[in-house]
Amino acid sequence: MAAQQSLATRNMPTDDLLGELVSHLRQNRTNLREEWARRITESRLLTAMTKDEIFVEATSVYDNYVEVLETGSVEALQAYARNLSERIIPRGVETNEVVGIVLLLRDVLARSLFQKYQADFALLNRVLDAYEPAANRIANTVAVGFVQERERVIRQQAEAIRELSTPVLQVRERLLILPIIGLVDSQRARQLTEQLLQGIRANRAKVVVMDITGVPSVDSIVANHLVQTVDASRLLGASVIVTGLSPQIAQTLVTIGVDLAKMNTVGDLQGGIEEAERLLGYKVTTPTDLP
Amino acid sequence: MEVPILKQGNYLIASIQSALTDADLTQLRDALVAQVGRFRSRGVIVDVTALDVMDSFAVRTISALADMIKLRGAETVIVGIQPEVAFAMVQLGLTLSAVATALDLEEGLLFLNQHATAGRARGR
Repeated sequence: MAAQQSLATRNMPTDDLLGELVSHLRQNRTNLREEWARRITESRLLTAMTKDEIFVEATSVYDNYVEVLETGSVEALQAYARNLSERIIPRGVETNEVVGIVLLLRDVLARSLFQKYQADFALLNRVLDAYEPAANRIANTVAVGFVQERERVIRQQAEAIRELSTPVLQVRERLLILPIIGLVDSQRARQLTEQLLQGIRANRAKVVVMDITGVPSVDSIVANHLVQTVDASRLLGASVIVTGLSPQIAQTLVTIGVDLAKMNTVGDLQGGIEEAERLLGYKVTTPTDLP
Repeated sequence: MEVPILKQGNYLIASIQSALTDADLTQLRDALVAQVGRFRSRGVIVDVTALDVMDSFAVRTISALADMIKLRGAETVIVGIQPEVAFAMVQLGLTLSAVATALDLEEGLLFLNQHATAGRARGR
């Protein structure tokens, strides 16, 4: 009987139902909003934000939420989600928190609908039919918006690090310095080698001092990359001096048996530059008749 | 395409102008080894600036060429390897480690000159 009824009512326009839903949510705005904010705090979500901030954001999200239910257009919400993500990502808000709060709002609103329509099961069914797809779409939009923003930030940062990370500097005619700082992975090693080779070409370098003081750890893969860089530079007629191997790194390399025999290594950058000057035939002298 | 071999003083210069087939490479090798003897050359420069690919056969042939010329009493320098080519070669493990290399023709000549001076100093 109930099934028949709900079948019959399914043919009725859902717009009217949504309208009713929206006015219900508008009427109970204050209550539901508070209930939601309370449950956010209870679930220990958004711990990076203060209570007031959570309440302000909750209000905006709530209004946007109702608006999407009313108009069916998620564009405004998308823009808001992006804007919100931009503000909260730097504060360390995690994806699960954002998804969590949206799902909480969905639950809070659904609970209030249950309460309102509990007397009429068929009507409740229809209301939920209208409400659920819209609510899922909203949750989806917010979560996707947040993740996209996060990915954009990560991409941007990776790009910035890449650009910063490998300067090739000329210190003297035909002498280049390549200070390497940070972890070296395959992609970075490739980029580093390419930049060095271009640098050798452009500056007509004979000697390159590669300083790895800033490389925290060297394993066989990194060592292999370094050897490749040295070999490639040699093919362009430049010899490479590696400096800044710390005692720990030296020990690691010896232990894992990396063959650095064909690499010219010097203790520190200063020694490396001195060795390079010797190779290039420069002589640094101190004038004896200093005033 | 045959590679022109130019004589410049005591040196021979082979300037590769376009991509070479395997047959061209072996022909170049044989011609250089023969001419080193005929012209009593002290050094050979192979200019590969125009090559944008160096495969394992090319690298092997050039290594062999350098070894053979060494046995004939002269030095070989490979000049003008492009950065991208160098990178690709190293990735393939083709490091040409037994052969001298230089940035370009000028550097190659300088290398041979220095080498000749060092050789004379040792009493060659």
